Amino acid sequence: MTQSMLIQRFIGEPGGLLKALHALQNSNTNNFLSPQDLELVSGAFGVPLAKVWGVATFYSLYSTIPRGRYIIRVCESAPCHVVGAHNILTALAKNLNICTGETTADGKFTLEVTSCLGICGVAPAIMINDTVHGNLTPESLASVLALYN
Amino acid sequence: MFYRSHVLVCTGSNCNIKGCQGITEALRRELTRLSLEQEVRLVETGCLGLCEHGPALVVYPEGVMYVRLTAADVAEVAEEHLLKGRLVPRLLQPTATVDSGYSLNMSPFFSKQKRIVLKNCGLINPDSIEDYVHADGYIALATTLDTKTPTDVIDVIKKSGLRGRGGAGFPAGRKWEFTRWATGSPKYLICNADEGEPGTFKDRLILEGDPHLILEGMIIAAYAIGATKGIIYIRGEYDLSIRRMEHAIAEARKLGLLGQNILGSELEFDVEVCAGAGAYVCGEETALIESIEGNRGEPRFKPPYPAQQGLWGKPTCVNNVETLANIPAILQHGAEWYQQIGTANSPGTKVFTLTGNIINSGLIEVPMGITLREVIYEIGGGIPEGRSFKMAQTGGTSGGCLAEEHLDIPMDYDSLAGHGSSLGSGALLVMDDSHCIIDLTKCFLKFFVHESCGQCTPCREGTPALYSIIDKLSRGLATESDMRLLKRLSRTMQSSSLCALGQTAPVPVLSALVHFNEEVEAHFKGDCPTCKCHTARGGRQSAN
Ligand SMILES: Cc1cc2nc3c(=O)[nH]c(=O)nc-3n(C[C@H](O)[C@H](O)[C@H](O)COP(=O)(O)O)c2cc1C
Ligand code: FES
Repeated sequence: MTQSMLIQRFIGEPGGLLKALHALQNSNTNNFLSPQDLELVSGAFGVPLAKVWGVATFYSLYSTIPRGRYIIRVCESAPCHVVGAHNILTALAKNLNICTGETTADGKFTLEVTSCLGICGVAPAIMINDTVHGNLTPESLASVLALYN
Repeated sequence: MFYRSHVLVCTGSNCNIKGCQGITEALRRELTRLSLEQEVRLVETGCLGLCEHGPALVVYPEGVMYVRLTAADVAEVAEEHLLKGRLVPRLLQPTATVDSGYSLNMSPFFSKQKRIVLKNCGLINPDSIEDYVHADGYIALATTLDTKTPTDVIDVIKKSGLRGRGGAGFPAGRKWEFTRWATGSPKYLICNADEGEPGTFKDRLILEGDPHLILEGMIIAAYAIGATKGIIYIRGEYDLSIRRMEHAIAEARKLGLLGQNILGSELEFDVEVCAGAGAYVCGEETALIESIEGNRGEPRFKPPYPAQQGLWGKPTCVNNVETLANIPAILQHGAEWYQQIGTANSPGTKVFTLTGNIINSGLIEVPMGITLREVIYEIGGGIPEGRSFKMAQTGGTSGGCLAEEHLDIPMDYDSLAGHGSSLGSGALLVMDDSHCIIDLTKCFLKFFVHESCGQCTPCREGTPALYSIIDKLSRGLATESDMRLLKRLSRTMQSSSLCALGQTAPVPVLSALVHFNEEVEAHFKGDCPTCKCHTARGGRQSAN
């Protein structure tokens, strides 16, 4: 399916812009919205490109820079913080040999930090794409990452 | 079919993460192996509340809960308990013992709770509308449509004293009345399930555990305010909530509970789910409306309030998930019944999520006015690893930190506000004596720096400025004039930010200055008593 067919059904829909961006980003192998994607949406919805950029950069689930296949989001909010979220982030960065915001050289993982994911019952927690992992320790991370090999 | 036993397996998000899928499969296998399928019914339910101890299951009619299960444990429970009728003591929930009473209702975790919103959570299969109907579901709706006019309904809710559970505590009945009498059509009802407040996951677990309860609350609300369209705005990360809610909506449509002529009446109302895209500020009602309209989620200036001009400029009522989940019970049992629960100014119950250094972290529902001490020590099981209590933050990141001397204040809207904190969304973060107030304040502020939408100056510029002063303080480098600026800036933000995000961001800072002044002073002098900060005189570095 071409990109423009992908967003066709959202065009008449009130508030369809966000859904179109979702659809485009999900179909992109690098998990991001490219400048071409944004121009496409701007043309199709008849709204200024600046507005589309504005929306795409407002929400944390969208990215305008290319990312890896798996996006690791480490929760930094207080409930995770008090039970050691910082150690998880440090261990992940070391394990993957990247800093926050970067993607591994093989294009597999991107490391991001996030606010509360709403799973504080099993803090410290992370999400890898749509999957949540909780009650983590720096030691247990290796087995979590192994699931993505 | 008659079953002699029901086994309820929690499949809420938290248990899912801990592997309840494997538990369900193992149990199904065991029931087949022991030929118990005709005698024992396996029900996959929503959250039971004891998230810390998941994966968990409960065997009824005895009410015995087994926790921290592995697939091998399940085989033992099936063989011993389900086949031979003997308890498996080593897997019982932590507060239960064989002699002191093993039934759920007798354990302090449950006996101190009063479950109205969570009454079905963990007891019914959330994907089954039949289960919900068996648990008296949709009775409140049917009798309301039969016997009450919309104004009657508003009167009942007003009389019950129900206050919005999304944080601000605005009387629900009055909000409905404003929307009812506003001019314009169609009218919209929005269920706010954006839930981004750190430490809060109640709405997620209510959506996952009992989606029909929210639908029933919404249909009654729509009847009262005259709304024909409903939207449930669920945060994008809440995969399972979105799926369960969409399933519930489809089932309700099939039975004529949504659509035209609901239950044979004149009422017309339909609901759709809208998924968020990740922005805390979108929980603010006008930002949420902007987001549904496909824009950046920037809060609008109020007035006009959504009740006058909301979604697409039409009258709109925005209510939190938990607020709506209270509605069916209030209509079924009456305003007087509801008022008797809780306190005079904050009637009813409140759902709290317990996080941090607490033994039973998880989901609970208690009468308003219960003390922090009861929640932490009796229901929460106390502080783990033999450490002692230092502080608790109520209301999420925009709430204040309370110290030991506050353990006996009642938890309700007004009492907490009187102590510089808030009830907020029901987050309760407990911290032991290893934590540093400045380190935490930094963490809170980082959140606001990240989540400020950038629209108004006091919040956009104020949050990073507060952060940088606290950061200096944590390194023992803050000056007298920094400390003065901290207070002045906080007051400016409180009085001039456009929405409650910027208005409440300074709350944790101010509460730290009041309740933990000694520790703040120590940092000012270059010392971190708990050695969490890299202060001028050492700390994390020298502690290592
Ligand atoms: C920054 C910010 C975030 C908010 N987040 C939420 C939220 O996640 N869920 C919610 O129900 N209310 C949230 N609110 C409160 C809503 O603006 C609104 O008051 C509430 O949804 C009204 O419902 P209620 O009257 O039933 O409480 C938030 C407010 C602010 C200022
Ligand atoms: S604080 Fe980390 S998931 Fe809520």
